[in-house]
Amino acid sequence: MNSIDLAGPQIAVLIAAGVVLLIDALMPQQRRLLPFVALAGLIASALWSASWAGRGDYQDAFGGTLSLDQYAIFFYFLFAGITATVVLASIDWVNREGRGQGEYYALVLTTCSGLMFLAAARDLVTIFLALELSSIPQYILAGWGKDQKSSEAGLKYLLLGAIASALLLYGMALLYGVTGTTFLPDIASAIQANGEHYRALLVLSMVLMIAGFGFKMAIVPFQMWVPDVYQGAPTPVAAFLSVGSKAAAFAVVIRIFFVALPATFLSDDWSMVFAILAAVSMTLGNLMAVVQTDIKRMLGYSSIAQAGTFMIGLAAISVTGDEFTLGASGVLLFTATYAFTNLGAFVAIIAISQKIGSDQIKDYAGMWKRSPFLSLALAFCLVSLTGIPPTAGFWAKLYIFNAGIRADLAWLVIIGVANSVVSGYYYLSVVRQMFLGDAEDGRTIRTSPSIGMALGAATLGVLIFGILPMPLISAAENAVEVFAR
Amino acid sequence: MPELTVLVFLPIAAAVLILLLPKSYEQQSKWIALAASVAILALSVQMFFGFELHHSGYQFVERHKWVDVGQFNLQYFLGVDGLSMPLVVLTTCLTLASVLVSFSVTNRPRAYYACLMVLASSVLGVFVALDFLLFFLFWELELFPMFLLIAVWGSGRKEYSATKFVLYTIAGSAFMLVGILVLAFNANTFDIEVLGKTEFHGTLIPLGWVFFLLFVGFAVKLPIVPLHTWLPDAHGDAPTAVSVMLAGVLLKMGGYGLIRMCITMMPGVAEDWDIWLAGIGAVSVLYGACITLRQTDVKRLVAYSSVSHMGLVLLGIGALGNTGLVGATYQMLAHGLITGLMFVMIGLMYERTHTREISRLGGLARQMPLITTGLVFAGFGSLGLPALAGFIAEVTVFLGAFQRFEWAVLMSIFGVVLSAGYVLWMLQRVVFGPVKHEWDGVTDQHHWWEHTVVVGLVALVILLGVYPKMMTDMIGPAIDNIVVRVES
Repeated sequence: MNSIDLAGPQIAVLIAAGVVLLIDALMPQQRRLLPFVALAGLIASALWSASWAGRGDYQDAFGGTLSLDQYAIFFYFLFAGITATVVLASIDWVNREGRGQGEYYALVLTTCSGLMFLAAARDLVTIFLALELSSIPQYILAGWGKDQKSSEAGLKYLLLGAIASALLLYGMALLYGVTGTTFLPDIASAIQANGEHYRALLVLSMVLMIAGFGFKMAIVPFQMWVPDVYQGAPTPVAAFLSVGSKAAAFAVVIRIFFVALPATFLSDDWSMVFAILAAVSMTLGNLMAVVQTDIKRMLGYSSIAQAGTFMIGLAAISVTGDEFTLGASGVLLFTATYAFTNLGAFVAIIAISQKIGSDQIKDYAGMWKRSPFLSLALAFCLVSLTGIPPTAGFWAKLYIFNAGIRADLAWLVIIGVANSVVSGYYYLSVVRQMFLGDAEDGRTIRTSPSIGMALGAATLGVLIFGILPMPLISAAENAVEVFAR
Repeated sequence: MPELTVLVFLPIAAAVLILLLPKSYEQQSKWIALAASVAILALSVQMFFGFELHHSGYQFVERHKWVDVGQFNLQYFLGVDGLSMPLVVLTTCLTLASVLVSFSVTNRPRAYYACLMVLASSVLGVFVALDFLLFFLFWELELFPMFLLIAVWGSGRKEYSATKFVLYTIAGSAFMLVGILVLAFNANTFDIEVLGKTEFHGTLIPLGWVFFLLFVGFAVKLPIVPLHTWLPDAHGDAPTAVSVMLAGVLLKMGGYGLIRMCITMMPGVAEDWDIWLAGIGAVSVLYGACITLRQTDVKRLVAYSSVSHMGLVLLGIGALGNTGLVGATYQMLAHGLITGLMFVMIGLMYERTHTREISRLGGLARQMPLITTGLVFAGFGSLGLPALAGFIAEVTVFLGAFQRFEWAVLMSIFGVVLSAGYVLWMLQRVVFGPVKHEWDGVTDQHHWWEHTVVVGLVALVILLGVYPKMMTDMIGPAIDNIVVRVES
């Protein structure tokens, strides 16, 4: 029972998934309740997490393979919030699509539980299982649309995802071979004992794992799938992919590298790998985003660049002393702010593209006159993605750049700042279109209540944490205390 | 009492109140705006007279923790010194003036007055914020109301002008933000007071570049030639009250930033670059004056004359001496009042004639004695007639700069000669000359609020012209602190 209690937040989500399927099968006339059941499950999950946070006695479950600590709780809240926003944003689209409504919500919820398991997993086998639990529903969701593009996106995501999983498994196998265990803390002590003899193998294993997770994080050079899948997949699903699996991948990478591989002779290597990946991702992602004319592709490439910025936090492991976890808390802070900012942007795009039937940036011209609410919210999210105060995105960037500077990565921070300027160009050019361009079609756009709620919540989050970011920063710093040495 | 917090946030509170008014009461929003601007004027005047002249540090300080990021302690840190106190009073005076001249606005009055109030808050925030990031937030906040005020209530190519204004400022602030971060990362603080005492070594990028980044951010606002092209458009298309605020106080944010940030924080670099500062200043004066001469639209004419006058501010800053900096600050105050008055008069005239074409106007003095008097007053102030505020400012700037940059002063003096030319020529064409039948029946019958604004501003222009000690006693000690740093 205790272990079940510990996995409660995930189980609540899974139960909701089951109930959704049952209602869909047994009471088809009640289908419009489905999203609300899903939301109820997510709220229950968040409440359960909150009760754990309140109790404060964090424990291990299932023989230590799941660790319910403040780090996991941070991500539980994040994933519940992300999934709830995605569900709200999906309602209109799913109703219009008509088919498989129960399955859609059930898959979204299953993904969410997989992501939650991923954040808590402390054993290589559990990590891999959780990763597959979150990935397989996403492959299906990416191909959910009726058109060819969506099928292509689903297939592409599946094939490349399978390769990535194989690489990851390879890396894990090597790590197991060297250390004789799959339990992260034991791996760390085994490496401490006699890891230096196997340095080459360990580095190879790290590189393979970074490749495997790099696919989920969507960093260069594992980014090939991103633009096609973002463009082809249904927009709510693309939004989910862009924040959910990215956040989970960063969560698990931090846990693996900080718990299992913090030995100095290794961390120097992987921090350099992360630094280089960060620089390349930011630069290439931004350069590609500049030339896009389709807003979903643009956000796809920009999400590659953003992942590069997250990665500065991972590279900043060499911060010494008490601030050892500065980079990690920066990643958490960035993950959270990026999650609701990018979701906000996607939700606004969903609302707009449903009405104008186009994802071309030029068709956003004059949007200000057609829907002031949508354009203001979208503009605000884009400003936050650029990292201009007073938005949440600014604090995240400031924090992570600060961590980079503490870790003597000034060159990387300079690249980061230069990239922020480049990203400002394409983010703000959308804003310019919306506010200055002339609309060919002057009809106003009405926003449905569910989309309005999702967008309002995301934008309000960006604004509130932009003015008073302290609660979020403390939460992120508190969460990574589990890694303090 | 937290005076500065009240001062900064009272207008925002008034804006919220105005937006909450039911539609049937929307014509009452002007009274709320009026009450708020009278209140902040009274408060700032009370602070002005409560200011301790011989106290060299910041006064009315409020300091609270805001955000901890890594080792940065960002603060909610407000305070005024002799440099910012007069600018605060200038802002509150002109806020009241712009509310009064807006009384005839009937198009969506709630949103209009709310924007005006938020604008006042953000400008006051810029002048009193002593945390660099807080300063930047207020700096950016000002864009939203300005964009709307020009784009919605403006005239002509209003959306184009509003956007141009916003794009120029955003581009400048992007430079500025990078500069701020570099300084902050080096000194581990955003505290303007501390940054102003720090010797920077080993910054991420050379300190000269940082100076340049900040300089661009402020210079766009000032504006200097060649970054001035947004100004005539914004002025030309903005409603009267917004022109008053724009010329009167928004431009001063640039000059204030240059003195407070660029010069105080990086005096060494400023010393290396002084010839550029003075040179750009002199070029702005002269070029601005030449362009002004050939304007055909009264409002654009005054806008270009602002470029010329703000060049004097930069010249005074470039002199880097006590006299020059005091002159620059005084010029900001004088220009704020005089150009504010000028825009008010042009606005009143436009309301009656519905044209700003100089060639169409003429011979209005007979029908419009009040407007003519105000305009002539503003014009004389603008060309630097002794006993008016502009004269003191110009002379002080020239005295301060003459020792170091004789050539720049000579160029500027020629610009001032030209200013007499364009002002007198404009007056001659607009209000004097033969009576035109087109304007038969046009009178300057005015309301009490218009009367109040004109009398009040004229009185201030004269007061600053005959009793400069009132301001210089306050500005002097603050400037001394800066000059000490430059010289060491």
